[in-house]
Amino acid sequence: MTVPHAEGGSPILELRGVDKSFGAVQVLHGVDLKVYPGKVTALVGDNGAGKSTLIKSIAGIHPIDGGQILFDGQPVSITGPRDSAALGLEVVYQDLALADNLDVVQNMFLGRERKHGIVLDEASMEQAARDTLAKLSVRTLKSVRQLVSSLSGGQRQTVAIAKAVLWESKVVILDEPTAALGVAQTRQVLDLVRRLADTGHAVVFISHNMVDVFEVSDRIAALYLGRMAADVPISTVDRGQVIELITAGRSGDIGLAPAVSEVV
Amino acid sequence: MASNIVPTSDLEPGGAAPSGFEGDRSAGSLGGVVRGYVDRLRGGDLGALPAVLGIVVLTLLFYALRPETFLTPLNITNLIIQAAPITLLAMGLVWILLLGDIDLSAGVVSGVCAAVSAQLLAQQGAPWWVAVLAALVTGAVIGLFTGTLVALIGIPSFVVTLALFLAFQGVTLRVIGQGGTVPIRDETIRGLTNSYIPVGAGWALAAAVIAAYAVLQLNRWRTQRSKGLDSQPLIVVVGRIVLIAVIVLVLTAILNADRALSRAVELQGIPYAIPVVVVLLLVLTFLLGRTTFGRHVYAVGGNSEAARRAGISVTRIRIMVFMLSSSMAAVSGLVAAARLSSVTPGSGGGNTLLYAVGAAVIGGTSLFGGRGRIRDAVLGGLVIAIIDNGLGLLQVSAYLNYIITGGVLLLAASVDALARRRAAAGKS
Ligand SMILES: Nc1ncnc2c1ncn2[C@@H]1O[C@H](COP(=O)(O)OP(=O)(O)OP(=O)(O)O)[C@@H](O)[C@H]1O
Ligand SMILES: [Mg+2]
Repeated sequence: MTVPHAEGGSPILELRGVDKSFGAVQVLHGVDLKVYPGKVTALVGDNGAGKSTLIKSIAGIHPIDGGQILFDGQPVSITGPRDSAALGLEVVYQDLALADNLDVVQNMFLGRERKHGIVLDEASMEQAARDTLAKLSVRTLKSVRQLVSSLSGGQRQTVAIAKAVLWESKVVILDEPTAALGVAQTRQVLDLVRRLADTGHAVVFISHNMVDVFEVSDRIAALYLGRMAADVPISTVDRGQVIELITAGRSGDIGLAPAVSEVV
Repeated sequence: MASNIVPTSDLEPGGAAPSGFEGDRSAGSLGGVVRGYVDRLRGGDLGALPAVLGIVVLTLLFYALRPETFLTPLNITNLIIQAAPITLLAMGLVWILLLGDIDLSAGVVSGVCAAVSAQLLAQQGAPWWVAVLAALVTGAVIGLFTGTLVALIGIPSFVVTLALFLAFQGVTLRVIGQGGTVPIRDETIRGLTNSYIPVGAGWALAAAVIAAYAVLQLNRWRTQRSKGLDSQPLIVVVGRIVLIAVIVLVLTAILNADRALSRAVELQGIPYAIPVVVVLLLVLTFLLGRTTFGRHVYAVGGNSEAARRAGISVTRIRIMVFMLSSSMAAVSGLVAAARLSSVTPGSGGGNTLLYAVGAAVIGGTSLFGGRGRIRDAVLGGLVIAIIDNGLGLLQVSAYLNYIITGGVLLLAASVDALARRRAAAGKS
């Protein structure tokens, strides 16, 4: 496959006017978002702004109420997690969802095991897991046959990310992958996020940490009370502006119209 | 199809970096294996250690207390026949415990299934295989019912099976009739525990089992080695084969010795129940360790939310496990009926369940789900049978027998809980 690195390529994933309500409470209001291959898009916003809701809508866990999701320019309907996985969209949830009692290989292939007849093909799975981790330059794992319960937080995050990458994933969404990690482990995960994009994946990276965001991201999308305040290249904004976008929905001439940001 | 990552030059920074997975290579040495084992013990995964210790210590203890009777071929054969129904029931319960569930009705289910086949034999004159099939189907249907209540309706398995524990005793009573005892006269079913494989055939079988095990182990080792996968050193693999060979040969020698009390008759050979247990051990071990179904059972027990997000139908897995376990209860019920040559309304009641759960837990299966193997049922079943048999030889009073056996289960559960705490503490 080719790796589209070119500036200004077309988005692999695009949201147009996405609405989402839980009962009477509307959480997402006409959200637009563009996600490009080979780029890290940081999704930022205050607590409760709707970031997790947005990615769960994309993943099919909370299907959208209104608006459109386009994949590779084509409108798609995502009504469940299987739909998004079939499109090549993998989500690494904040709680990771790994089975502690299984080893790294077993977790990476969970639900999609390779078989010879009815017998699990351990050899080929172990090889593929090892190759994937090696390509991601993951060097901190002692053994791919280690139980996940024996891994550190950063290593678990790494396994969860590698699991997403193992499949023909085009878009990888990471919900606060560094929230619980120390300095060194955050470093490893950020490097991994960068490498994912450099190998052609479209990456959506949710974080509250501005240092991390500015370090790895190419674009930044700021949600403010369920509305997309800005979706711009990161080079066009500075840290102060991003913080204003997060807390007030606008900064200078970018962001939501004054009416919107003041009314709410 | 493994991945669509295209390696680019910046993926190999410096070129001098370690290749990673050093552990996979260091585990290939004997020292690495020993270190890995000690690490696992420290991490709270005791594996077969408590059961093996239990077998050794209890054997020595009862041998010291009853030197003339405990280690005779006759008593060892009795002990193994005693262990068979416990082990078979526990082989099913291991699956339930792996999910983190419990089946308190497993014992009485074995009673219901045995009662159904006993009545078919006695009243309808059905051939043995119809009776066996009927028991298995009864077990599977009961498992479907229990599993549906647990997995689909969402009632905790503890409550469902506690209710069924009572209800199924009523069913057995209805099938057998008040105060009744249905004798088992069918020679094939009685033969499970009362007839023996001819000595020569027994040795041949033992040799075949050892050869098959050796070939499988060595083959697997060769494949792993040739593909550069995680593998154990050859000496460990060979050591395991030798250990299994010694156990099988010693057991065969004991069972093939003449154990008759009088010199006038000959009583020797392996009871047919043993190959039944061995075959089921192999089949279930294969199912749990080498198939998707087994892998998914572990996943559901370890983290059911992760399993769900991986696209595994947790409900289906749980129902299937209950069906499998209740079918094993049926097999256990048949072997128990063969041993006692009858089925009564009390069959499968009393301490049947406690023995089987005890066997699984002593063998190393966790009550918290996610950890356990089929062989745990065999090792733990032997421990329980040794206790039961030994206390019988010592003629301890019934009350003490209950207290001791209950205490052993509590001890095993405490070891399990402490191991789990230890594992949790080690993680943070
Ligand atoms: N299942 C749900 N039912 C009802 N309301 C929900 C549900 N999930 C989220 N919400 C509401 O939607 C809003 C957005 O929540 P969301 O979890 O998307 O925020 P977030 O941006 O991810 O915040 P954080 O940074 O704290 O993770 C919140 O007001 C929350 O209460
Ligand atoms: Mg969130």
